Amino acid sequence: MIRSLDLRSAMLSLLILVAGLFIWHATTHVPDTGPVGVVLSADQEQALLAKNMGAEDIAYYASQGVEFPQLDQIAGLGLSREMIDMAGGIRALGISVPDENSAPAPGSLFPSPAQIGVELWATITDPFYVAGTNDMGYGIQIGYSLLRVIIGYTLAAAVAIPLGFLIGMSPLAYRALDPYIQVLKPISPLAWMPIALFTIGDSELSSIFVIFICSVWPMLTNTAFGVASVRSDWINVARTHELGSLKTAITVILPAAAPTIITGMRISIGIAWLVIVAAEMLVGGTGIGYVVWNEWNGLRLDRMIVAILLIGVMGMLLDTLFARLQRAVSYTE
Amino acid sequence: MAKPFLSIERLTQQFPDGAGGTLTVFENATFGVEKGEFVCILGHSGCGKSTIMNILAGLAEPTSGVVKMDGFEVSGPSLDRGVVFQNYSLLPWLSALKNVTFGVAARHKDWSKTQVEEHARKYLAQVGLEGDVVNRKPSQLSGGMRQRVSIARAFANQPKLLLLDEPFGALDALTRGTIQEELIKVWSQTEQTVFMITHDIDEAILLSDRILLMTNGPMARVAESVEITIPRPRNRTEIVEHPNYYAIRNHLVQFLGQRSKELAGQPSSGDDHRPETVRIDNSEPAPEESEPAVVPTLRAVGD
Ligand SMILES: Nc1ncnc2c1ncn2[C@@H]1O[C@H](COP(=O)(O)OP(=O)(O)O)[C@@H](O)[C@H]1O
Ligand SMILES: [Mg+2]
Repeated sequence: MIRSLDLRSAMLSLLILVAGLFIWHATTHVPDTGPVGVVLSADQEQALLAKNMGAEDIAYYASQGVEFPQLDQIAGLGLSREMIDMAGGIRALGISVPDENSAPAPGSLFPSPAQIGVELWATITDPFYVAGTNDMGYGIQIGYSLLRVIIGYTLAAAVAIPLGFLIGMSPLAYRALDPYIQVLKPISPLAWMPIALFTIGDSELSSIFVIFICSVWPMLTNTAFGVASVRSDWINVARTHELGSLKTAITVILPAAAPTIITGMRISIGIAWLVIVAAEMLVGGTGIGYVVWNEWNGLRLDRMIVAILLIGVMGMLLDTLFARLQRAVSYTE
Repeated sequence: MAKPFLSIERLTQQFPDGAGGTLTVFENATFGVEKGEFVCILGHSGCGKSTIMNILAGLAEPTSGVVKMDGFEVSGPSLDRGVVFQNYSLLPWLSALKNVTFGVAARHKDWSKTQVEEHARKYLAQVGLEGDVVNRKPSQLSGGMRQRVSIARAFANQPKLLLLDEPFGALDALTRGTIQEELIKVWSQTEQTVFMITHDIDEAILLSDRILLMTNGPMARVAESVEITIPRPRNRTEIVEHPNYYAIRNHLVQFLGQRSKELAGQPSSGDDHRPETVRIDNSEPAPEESEPAVVPTLRAVGD
């Protein structure tokens, strides 16, 4: 039953993927971009040829979306395409034709799955190339982002977990610090950015600081809550065995509160990964967030989408890591 | 008269009653427990049994009065006083074995890992936990097995005083019976001093050398100390045939049913509240002042 559920859900996922790709493909695939060509009937073509318009010119203008009445006007001019171009184009001669740049077929700018596939393959096969400060493999760029997240996040954990222990174990510390936590916690991480840039200056350190400040709160509150709600019976077991405070904290409180603490860490890493992309868009330079912004500015939507996909996959990997950790420390009472 | 091994002297406990006043749970309670003795304390719910136990364990401070063990005043919890809690209090993230080694390692800091484990396994085996079960987490064990682990943890540390707070309260009657017998077995091998709370009269008679009876609270008193004049080894099916059994049982039932109410709520006039010793013995030959646990001269009703 379980196996068949696995199988069925995998099948369904695959089906959704295929359907999604198909819709994407159908809405973005355009055989050749540019204005939709006009197809002339044999009679019309004959009429134009009769007016001494060159067959090549007829084919060219038709492909540019010029309709028969206008073609008839062009033919009436008795000029070749070269001469018309020299005169400034047919529009300059007072004949209204579709704008070459206007109204491309819907979605034609948005890359099709095939184009993304090509880019994705290129990225996967060569993720670490360096061709200049602005042109590096996405593997390297993700590495930059990951490094910032790891540094900021580790610092946050190093502050939040011991502080959370203190707050959880001491009602005094809890009451004293709670107002600050309540006020600072809801501040958007990006609102910290200007403060960081102003006080720290360095953009690199600023993004690390922003990661730090946004991942600190879930870990802090969860650790405090987990520690405060350790059953008093377990603490009493430690006391009757004459364990010191440090030993009690490590052998009883930590494992008892671990599931709650790890949940906080999992929330934090998720937020940190969300924030690094936004922060890198702001400060620029390196990192996968900057890549997204850069490719957008260069109108390389295909490459941008590949970068976005990588952000998603990396986020998923980080979350999976913590889900594993969570399972390892969980217990049933 | 020499001081007993465990001596509770003029113990008073008060709590704020929630309405601005104070609730006196008990006042000037004074009694003792001899070395190697198995003492049960019986009383209605809320009379202050757990409060006394927590003070003996050092987990709570009395309002006034002292507890002395071996002549030294008790302050704070200690490895010399092992506790078995009603809800087992096993650490759920550790296996049964690890729960016991946790205690053993705390007691014997200089022991090697294998020494600790061997010792723990020995005590687990004494309560019938051997083989693969010891590697299971508490959540994978039945209530009876959990309480066995908890008892093994307490005994493995060989504390001078073992405190049990309604250890079988949450177990079904059959499991309760088996574990009671295991408890007697382990206890008789170790000669441990045991102080146990229960509200089960038959359990108290089966296990103890002496039963302390508490009146209802507030202002509860340890009113009587009833000697159990039934020789060991005892057996739950045969003990009922002993001539003293029903006499003692009736006395206890009568106390809990009626006198615990009548005696309740009398403030002390400042003097110690000592329990009155009660000795009921209808058996022949003439009763002897028997040492607990070793009663060779009395006719054994058991095997
Ligand atoms: N920490 C406390 N604060 C206030 N009242 C308490 C506290 N602990 C126990 N009590 C009161 O003391 C009395 C005795 O409680 P307890 O020792 O748990 O009774 P028992 O174990 O005999 O059922 C009860 O009335 C209870 O409400
Ligand atoms: Mg109680």
